[in-house]
This record gives sequence, structure tokens and C-alpha cells, in this order.
Amino acid sequence: MGFFSRIFGRGEPSSRDVAKDRLQLVLVHDRIRIPPSQMAAMKDELLAVVSRYFDVDSDGVAITFTQSSRMNRLVAEVPVFGNPRHSADR
Amino acid sequence: MGRVVTVTSGKGGVGKTTATANLAAALAALGHKVVAVDADIGLRNLDVVLGLENRIVFDVVDAIEGRCRVRQALIRDKRLPELFLLPASQTRDKDAVEPQQMVEICNQMREEFDYILVDSPAGIEGGFRVALAPADQVLIVTTPEVSAVRDADRVIGLVDAAEKGPAQLIINRVRPDMIRKGDMLGPEDVVEILAVNLIGMVPEDEAVVVSTNRGVPLVMDGGHAAGRAFNNIALRISGREVTMTDIQQDDGLVARFLRFVRQG
Repeated sequence: MGFFSRIFGRGEPSSRDVAKDRLQLVLVHDRIRIPPSQMAAMKDELLAVVSRYFDVDSDGVAITFTQSSRMNRLVAEVPVFGNPRHSADR
Repeated sequence: MGRVVTVTSGKGGVGKTTATANLAAALAALGHKVVAVDADIGLRNLDVVLGLENRIVFDVVDAIEGRCRVRQALIRDKRLPELFLLPASQTRDKDAVEPQQMVEICNQMREEFDYILVDSPAGIEGGFRVALAPADQVLIVTTPEVSAVRDADRVIGLVDAAEKGPAQLIINRVRPDMIRKGDMLGPEDVVEILAVNLIGMVPEDEAVVVSTNRGVPLVMDGGHAAGRAFNNIALRISGREVTMTDIQQDDGLVARFLRFVRQG
């Protein structure tokens, strides 16, 4: 994969870019060191808490890690429809 | 008081021993009094890379266990009178030395030497912890490959956890031609991924193999790209500012990359 085709975004990404993406992904998991089972449990618990306050689109939930420098950040995206109790009170 | 600089990597075979030998020789050539300590107990190699293997009488374990004085175990390099080697034991295994013993022996040598360079074994087990224990400064060697970078990340975390950080990175075996073609991680990629300070880059250089064959560190030989890169790192260790790259100059990406790596 040549330099110019990378610049203009044609064809497959270079092995350099693939290596970078793969490393960044694997290091996120190396650094947080949480097994997938615990990750799933945390997602369920988070969802249970949010569901007490909002109607939640549970299929749209995305929990990811990002990092800036060597700090990890947990990012949870939870699509909500509004407060079910609030509407029930009316 | 001398400073202890530990050279480590996580992954084996990335050039730790070559880096230690060349940095020690370069610092000695700059006029500092330097001892290179081989902490890879049982897998001694710094002696052959430095070309001092025929002069070993006592080793670091002998000195620690009191069979000789530290001074008796030190080998003076006749080519660079300010350079000394404290060899590893070849007959013992890496559990022969405790971290505290390495701290004590390095403390003894701080009196006499400006720099104590400790060549760590690969891995993250006991031997690595022994080499890390006396460190004032930690250099991590990696190559631009996914496996080496991943292991470097693990070691950077362990160095931080041991409150020996921030570690500084040496990227070894850089190939500008492959980076240009998009077939190798560039120094800027590795630095971004690891979020660590770069202290230097060393280009891939056939002269390294030849110098190891002969037991003459590259920096003693002069003229080679890798030797110049190690010299620049030695200057940075000794506190001098050496430009890594000049991104101001706008004379094309290719020239910039080449300069970036050559100056390493």
C-alpha cells in the first residue's frame, strides 16, 4: 500500500495503519485488565440503574474504553426515551 | 553521586544488550566514568557484545556473596579507560540475586562512577525486578513491531507502578523506507500508542551485527548511522539537548523522515 493511496483513502489500509489500530485496541484491554464476564456484569448493573430512571433502548447500549495519554476512560452510551415515572404521574 | 540507568524491554531480542553496550561506551567516550552491569544472571551476554569475555575472573554474584570485592569483579575496557563491566554470573540462575542486593551493590558503585547502566533480562519476573530496583532512570527498548510495542506497554505500566517512572523509550531497528511505504509503525505512531517520552530512535543497521561479531561497540567505530543514534541518546542521558527532529523545515516528508531517523 503506497503513500499516496493512503493519503487519498483508496484501497486497503496500509499494514502500518492496521498495526496501529490493532495495538490500540489490544492495549486498551491489556491496561484495564477486566475479564469479559465482569465487563458483561457491569453493563447489566449499569443498565439496571439507568432503567430505574429512564426507558432505555437496551439494544443500543455501547460501553467502550478510550484513552488519552495513559489514562483510561469508560464511555457508556445509553439511548433513553424519557422518564417513565414522570409520564405516569401525569 | 552516580546515577543508575536501567535498560529493559519486556520482549527479548529487541536490542537491550546492544543498547546498553553502546550507551555505556558512548557515555565513557564523552568523559564520564561508566560501569555497565549485566543483570541477566545465567544468560550472560553483555561481556561478548563489549568484547570483554576473555577477561572475566569474578562476577556480580561473587561480589554480592562476598567472594570478592566489587572492585575485583570490575573489568576495565582498555579501549575506553573510563568504561567498566560488571559481568553476570553464567553458572547461577536469576534467583541468585535479590532486589535489595542489587540496590546495595549499585549504591557502592555510585561513589566511584558517574553512570551505572544496568542491562535487564527480558520478561517481567524476578530478574526484571532486580534490575529495576536500583534505577534512577529507566530506558525501555522496543522495535516498531506489534509484539514488542505491546510488551513495552506492559513494562511501562510496571515501571510506573514501582514509582520508577516516567520511563523513556528507545525505538530500535527503525526502517524509514518501510515506514514510508506504510509497512512499518512510525516513531510517532509508537509514541502515540505508548504515551511515553522518546529518548531516541536507532535505525536498522547491518553494522550492528558486524560490531557484535567483533566485540567492538559501534560507537567506538564511528561513522555508522546506528552508532550516531546511540551517541545522541548518550548525550541526552547526560542532560544535553540534541534535536530529535526539525518539523519546521518544510522540505518534504521523505527528507524529514530520513532526518528524523538519522538523528535518532
